[in-house]
Amino acid sequence: MSGQQLTKTADMATFDRRNADWYIDKLVQALVFIGGISAIIFVVGIFVFITKEGLGFILDRFDFMEFFTSPYWYPADEDAPEYGILALIAGTASVTGLAMVVAIPFSLGAAIFIAEFATGKTRETLKVLVELLAAIPSVAWGFIGLTIMNPLIIEFFDVPVGLNVLNAGIILGLMAAPIMTSIAEDALKAVPDRYREAAEAMGATRWQVIYKTVLPAAKNGLLGAVLLGVGRGFGETMAVLMATGHSINIPGSVFDSVRALTATIAAELGETAVGSDHYQVLFTIGIFLFLITFIINLTADLVVRGIRKG
Amino acid sequence: MFEASELNLRNHRVQRLYKLLFLLMTLLLIVPVMLILGTLIAKGGSVISIDFLFTSPTDGMTAGGLFPALFGTVWLVAVALLISVPLGIAAAIYLSEYAGNNWFTRIINLAIINLAGVPSIVHALFGVGAFVLFFGFGTSILAASLTLAIMTLPVVIVATRESLQAVPYAFREACWNMGATRWQTIRRVVLPNAISGILTGVILEVSRTSGETAPIMFTGAVFFTPFLPQGIFDQTMAMSLHLFVVSTQVPGVPENLPYGVALVLIAMVLLMNSISIVFRTWLRGKKKW
Repeated sequence: MSGQQLTKTADMATFDRRNADWYIDKLVQALVFIGGISAIIFVVGIFVFITKEGLGFILDRFDFMEFFTSPYWYPADEDAPEYGILALIAGTASVTGLAMVVAIPFSLGAAIFIAEFATGKTRETLKVLVELLAAIPSVAWGFIGLTIMNPLIIEFFDVPVGLNVLNAGIILGLMAAPIMTSIAEDALKAVPDRYREAAEAMGATRWQVIYKTVLPAAKNGLLGAVLLGVGRGFGETMAVLMATGHSINIPGSVFDSVRALTATIAAELGETAVGSDHYQVLFTIGIFLFLITFIINLTADLVVRGIRKG
Repeated sequence: MFEASELNLRNHRVQRLYKLLFLLMTLLLIVPVMLILGTLIAKGGSVISIDFLFTSPTDGMTAGGLFPALFGTVWLVAVALLISVPLGIAAAIYLSEYAGNNWFTRIINLAIINLAGVPSIVHALFGVGAFVLFFGFGTSILAASLTLAIMTLPVVIVATRESLQAVPYAFREACWNMGATRWQTIRRVVLPNAISGILTGVILEVSRTSGETAPIMFTGAVFFTPFLPQGIFDQTMAMSLHLFVVSTQVPGVPENLPYGVALVLIAMVLLMNSISIVFRTWLRGKKKW
């Protein structure tokens, strides 16, 4: 009996897996877990820190009605500063809206061509080109708006200023389109080939296959691509700062100069004293931008997940 | 024997029409940008020379080269990579090798999507609030690079996770059956098979990081400084911000100079991307499984 127990203890000692490798394994597991949750920490951190800087304004001066419905933005006025962001929201919305008018048809069209019509070398070349277009930095796009689009618009439409909604909208559309194209193309590729084969077996032409089978099946993914494009346009900073003309306006036409929410922060943060009302209101705009993009991204994620379930 | 009916013929005409339409849309997306790049080369090409790349701006930034900006961008990118690459790879290893398919993993994925989707200027505000003020780094390369690193972290995570998941599951099972621990498996089997894919992601990250402007504007990059940075607590000039400055903030800049700066910036970014793409294509051809 006691002999048996001895053997058992000896066995356990031999097979105790907690050697150096075991401890290293656990250590690594803990380390990569920290890496894994870092994204959560950062997102929460971004919200906490911008709220911390903007909180003073929200508690003391924030007037919901004034903030969102007044078009008067005079944060630097010493006697009677006004903090209305309606005109800035209108600026961002008009530019993003026009950008989507430009980007949605072309990016979806390009995605359909690349995913469904193009083959072999053509397809690879187009994909690489689209990927390269997506890599051009936003400050370079702003520069293009400033130096190339600006005189073109003045000459073509015979208007005094070429830095306006039209300019920024086209620039932003060209910026967003490559990203939307790749996401939309992924969504089309995610449609199983047997759908296409079944439709083709019924005698459908390529276009009928696409229109009747592939597009309905990929519709959530395509919607997700559009939403991400909207989010991207909404948050774009340097290009809209340089191409909109940066003057506060509720636009009446595409030839009016406007000013975007993001651009306002970029242009004014450097001039403000840390902790001043003006400084804090810029962080309040930041909180607003953060929440809007958070909602857009969340919606896009939920929409795209819809296809995987259904 | 098979005579195409009127309906068949019409269907095919319709199909050809749509194919043409979509081809046209694709070209309309690409050609204007090619024309724009052509214009940039035509106007900026004459400015670019060895001197332009390796001298400092002179005469209130209206003449001279862009060396301090180029040098500063290298600093910013290098420090940002030192932070984001280890963190991103760790996150990708966790997501690919350890995480279960549950709500917690979903939240992490959602956080990654959001981190990529938060506007760059909000990242800048975060950098100011957290690194410049709260942690007291001041406007410095460290603060700017931390901001850049957090902003571009999703690029590394997504690319690394993809290349880890491309390693067949059977490789891992074979290794576990030999009695290896999870980490031994990852280090000896998974990572060596995924390393080139990870490198592709890192090169892409370099490209993304070097073009960003808004996140570094208030955290570490300055319009002009006569000094090259000596360490991570110095301020620096940067290529992307330099383009913004010479094209909007400095009066009396000769017309071609900003084109030259834009051209160098775009060439730098596109070169990095092309390397990453070529590398990826080469890898695909080399794949053994």
